[in-house]
Amino acid sequence: MILLVDPAFRAGSLSMDEFVLPVGRIVERNERTWRYRHYADMEGGIPEETEGVIICGTALKDNGFLSAIDWFDWLKETEIPVLGICAGMQVLCLACGGTVREGFEIGMTEVHVTAPHPLLPPLPSFHAYELHSHSCEPPPGWEILAVSSACIQAIRDPHHPRFGVMFHPEVRNDRIVEVFLEMCIE
Amino acid sequence: MDSLRLGVLCSGGKDSLFACYRAMQEDEVACLVTLVPENPESYLFHTPNLHMVPLQARAAGLPLVSEVTTGIEEKEINDLSRALAIAAERHGIEGVVTGALMSVYQSTRIQRVCHDLNLWCFNPLWYSDPGTYMERLITSGFRVIVSGVFSAPFDASWLGRELDRDALSILMQYARDFRITLTGEGGEYETLVLDAPFFHRRIVIEESESWYRNHRGVLDVKRARLEER
Repeated sequence: MILLVDPAFRAGSLSMDEFVLPVGRIVERNERTWRYRHYADMEGGIPEETEGVIICGTALKDNGFLSAIDWFDWLKETEIPVLGICAGMQVLCLACGGTVREGFEIGMTEVHVTAPHPLLPPLPSFHAYELHSHSCEPPPGWEILAVSSACIQAIRDPHHPRFGVMFHPEVRNDRIVEVFLEMCIE
Repeated sequence: MDSLRLGVLCSGGKDSLFACYRAMQEDEVACLVTLVPENPESYLFHTPNLHMVPLQARAAGLPLVSEVTTGIEEKEINDLSRALAIAAERHGIEGVVTGALMSVYQSTRIQRVCHDLNLWCFNPLWYSDPGTYMERLITSGFRVIVSGVFSAPFDASWLGRELDRDALSILMQYARDFRITLTGEGGEYETLVLDAPFFHRRIVIEESESWYRNHRGVLDVKRARLEER
């Protein structure tokens, strides 16, 4: 089971339809199951049968999660693969010791691969859908995999299977989510 | 956080009104917002029943912000911005809802306008499964007719046809065999909503004219009224 974590302002909001359900569709198409969890409902930690965690995006104006990072402490302890998408990458970054500052992109953008990795399309670049008002400075020691002209686009923890992407792979880059699912052992 | 006051961008078709229905389940819809072209004739083939939106707003008991647009692509974005600013001022909207399904072009433009106006932007149908969405549309109690066809293999009998279960199964066949999108996202067909679960009254068409030639046609509603449900 893949756990889809929603960092939006409210559980089950319209944001869920836009940023969580499309990721759920990709999970289903790959014959895997998923479960929805709002970040404020994670007190019990990660459910036992979780094979991978995807922290999804939020609406452009929804940045409340930035001041609720304590709610994501469970991230530091888990060995389960984690993919953070947009807001999810910001959460991952802050929870693991990185920083977030203003940085804004909307729409299709060219993303340059700086360190080839199976998660991403091959060198030199690909197009991806952006919708964010903050950008990330990764935690110390993390590897930068891709950048756009505005900010860092993809990062990886060298010691754990943790990845962050600033763009939305569920729009026109499904393959990235699929490669991540392959890393989540059933 | 309390519920948000939202304005729904409405073209009169199924996607914008289904998005409105979904928004009403989570938040408060304060008004519908529509852009009306300066020269409606030139637009008939793009948005055949935009002139029905005021009647839909009355059916739903929602105020309508209707602004004129030149229809010139670069200026349209300013017209949209003006309409949303008016909706914010008049009805206190804090966010905008659209029926965008997959159009990155459309959603990028609207996201930018909302960002500039400091409004939330929600697209509850974004990348939803076409089959599941069409099924939900029918089971939730929407009455939707085809108001325009713009692609093979649609014949004239589709104009005015209700999107019910039978129509949906034919559309699914068309989607397989003719590579149209099931939802009409590619502009293959346009729809008009006559009834929705949140309408207080339903729309009855009293007079309409159809034009059809070579897989392209529209149903132009000339006269319609509201009727108790």
